[in-house]
Amino acid sequence: MKFLKFLLAGIIFGVVMVKSEAVSWFRIQEMFRFQSFHMYGIIGSAVGLGVILIQWIKVKKLKSIDGKPIEVTGKPLMWKANLIGGSIFGLGWALTGACPGPLYTLAGAGYSVFWVVIAAALVGTFTYGALKKYLPH
Amino acid sequence: MEFIMQPWPWYVSGPLIALLMFLLLWFGERFGVSSTLKTMCTMAGAGKRFQFFEGSWKKQAWNLVFVLGAVIGGYLAVRFLGGGQEVAISQATQNDLKSLGIIFDKSLAPSEIFNFNFLTTTPGFIMLIVGGFAIGFGTRWADGCTSGHAISGLSNLQLSSLIAVIGFFIGGLISTYLLLPLILG
Repeated sequence: MKFLKFLLAGIIFGVVMVKSEAVSWFRIQEMFRFQSFHMYGIIGSAVGLGVILIQWIKVKKLKSIDGKPIEVTGKPLMWKANLIGGSIFGLGWALTGACPGPLYTLAGAGYSVFWVVIAAALVGTFTYGALKKYLPH
Repeated sequence: MEFIMQPWPWYVSGPLIALLMFLLLWFGERFGVSSTLKTMCTMAGAGKRFQFFEGSWKKQAWNLVFVLGAVIGGYLAVRFLGGGQEVAISQATQNDLKSLGIIFDKSLAPSEIFNFNFLTTTPGFIMLIVGGFAIGFGTRWADGCTSGHAISGLSNLQLSSLIAVIGFFIGGLISTYLLLPLILG
């Protein structure tokens, strides 16, 4: 039962990703060519409301479902890693038209070849873990 | 019902994503999908050889359940909710893609690219295998992806996430304007 809520959240996520067309290779091309507001509207309105919700959590010291205070843990600044790693991810995002969430959703949506893309992404993550100490952060 | 079956506008989809992020925080976790790739490496025993993957994957099991949901959601949206039909992108993008030899067919992704036959060609290998590798390698190096950095991180006003998102666009623009014409041309 503990996991059921995460399954439901994931299902809603997958539906939103398809219905918003954020999983679409065509939409991602349109975004990187700055030819439509659609993707910027999705990300912008998500962040806009997200800022308000996270401030609300912090100011009101909201508690989680288990009654513990909600911790919004930040990601540390590692500007080389953030910038170079981010750029490498960006290369893959535009080639495949998918970021990690949509990889899974597209596989479920009938684009079976994305299981292979997920496998390649796993190899990528493994390779990062193997090379981590040699990379700038 | 009519509204559900239509494509959802950005001002519905974006706030729903923010609410999902909030929901996961309320559940005591954090919205970030690329972590699941690391978790699967840990499950497969990568921690025996590399410190980065050490530790228990069980704390992250919830996220694997979440992405299982994302797979199911993708199926349900296409099968029952009219998802991926009549995608409408701008004429300018259609023209640009046409010059790369890709015909816009109103679907989610061009069928001539996202199939197993194309995968075995050199352009297919670069777009799908190298592209997938870059997603897994880059997100972990950057410490997050679109969900962990662009949505969660920017919502938390983090500098690390702003820099990562700038990186996402540097890479995306290089692929769009330099690599795709080379690969498909």
